[in-house]
Amino acid sequence: MKYLDEYRNEEVANRILQEIRREATRPWVLMEVCGGQTHSIVKYGLDRLLPDGIELVHGPGCPVCVTSLEMIDKAHAVARRPEVIFCSFGDMLRVPGSKGDLLLLKSQGADIRIVYSPIDCLKIARQNPDRKVVFFAIGFETTAPANAMAVWQAKRQQVHNFSVLVSHVLVPPSIASILQSPLNRVQGFLGPGHVCTVMGYREYEPIAARFKVPIVITGFEPIDLLQGVLCAIRQLEQGRADVENAYPRVVRREGNRAAQELIGKVFEVCDRKWRGVGSIPKSGYKLRWEFRDHDAERIFDVKEIDTKEPSICISGMVLKGIKKPTDCPAFGKQCNPEHPLGATMVSAEGACAAYHAYGRHLALEPKELAPLG
Amino acid sequence: MCLAIPGKVIEIQQDDAGVRMGKASFGGIVKQVCLEYTPEVSCGDYILVHVGFALSKVDPEQARRTYEALDELNQLTELQVETELKPIQSSGPSP
Repeated sequence: MKYLDEYRNEEVANRILQEIRREATRPWVLMEVCGGQTHSIVKYGLDRLLPDGIELVHGPGCPVCVTSLEMIDKAHAVARRPEVIFCSFGDMLRVPGSKGDLLLLKSQGADIRIVYSPIDCLKIARQNPDRKVVFFAIGFETTAPANAMAVWQAKRQQVHNFSVLVSHVLVPPSIASILQSPLNRVQGFLGPGHVCTVMGYREYEPIAARFKVPIVITGFEPIDLLQGVLCAIRQLEQGRADVENAYPRVVRREGNRAAQELIGKVFEVCDRKWRGVGSIPKSGYKLRWEFRDHDAERIFDVKEIDTKEPSICISGMVLKGIKKPTDCPAFGKQCNPEHPLGATMVSAEGACAAYHAYGRHLALEPKELAPLG
Repeated sequence: MCLAIPGKVIEIQQDDAGVRMGKASFGGIVKQVCLEYTPEVSCGDYILVHVGFALSKVDPEQARRTYEALDELNQLTELQVETELKPIQSSGPSP
């Protein structure tokens, strides 16, 4: 496929790796922000191809993982109601709440449907006028334009039986929160390419300047990721801390203005609880008051559900880049994709699930691999 | 979750509610896509699609420049490897 295959070219990848080896003179710790990037890195084993000392730690950018336990419990409370058709992206169905996951609820008779796009829910709502259709609107800024459009069109087209359970999260406050931690090890970021496709990267510039870290906006294919690593290392070696766009074929500095405009009309920034991390100020979106008739939390009166998270796993440390999945004694044992104990094992894009899917629980010494070349 | 893939726009139309929609081909698989956020896009363009929404037009010029930069990298770092070509000698019995 055009714009995909050429970014998986082994020869080009080797060339960039050679350049990374040439330019890196000392150890550096980089964090890829997005769960999709983590998945690609582990799938292609890119972290193991880097020279010794160049370490990739995995960021908080998996919205499925970081959706709070309390929000999953709210989803269950709504989905359990007989008048509700509960629609969701497929990967949310396996995420465990306090009492099992949505798949279990579905097997018990709840009408839970997987949709490809939130806009599909409007059609379902029109086809089922006597039911209440609820969409589980999770995601980072990448997904916000789609969710905003569904709500906007529902109001405009007067689809009164459609609402959204919103659990949107934002990348910049989470990066700032990682950098503020006294335990932080991250010296440079591979920024989230698709989040920046929507939002642009202006809001990363004060973060790079304040914390003196390079932030390289990076894509998701192996060549994109290696190029992101090269740019970040080059900056670190030269003592620079700039926001750099290594994904210019889709990302512009100002982002997608039309999308930002509608997001701003439908959502407003709010404090948000992150699974495994806790509450981060101004790190999420909620619906604006004008759209309250489409707010599932209000309609179904689940605002007061407050679930405390168990402190049995280290996913919070993994999400902040302080620990690796392989540092956890439960990884691959009590905690696995069938029985996830925490945030980073629940979705395929979580660092622990990615490590597990590509066999990292079988060989636990990735740092001992010799560099190539 | 933030997965977005490039597809080629093959059809653009307004739906009944006046929303700019279209069809995009992803290596032969055709899907409906909302084009409200990419008013500049026309048929034949490549777009980046996430959960049924085009988020950006793929810029062919930028893609070309990135690849040119990688080619320069090649010229800088590629080692001159001397290949020894051994002449192939017939070892078979003489006629």
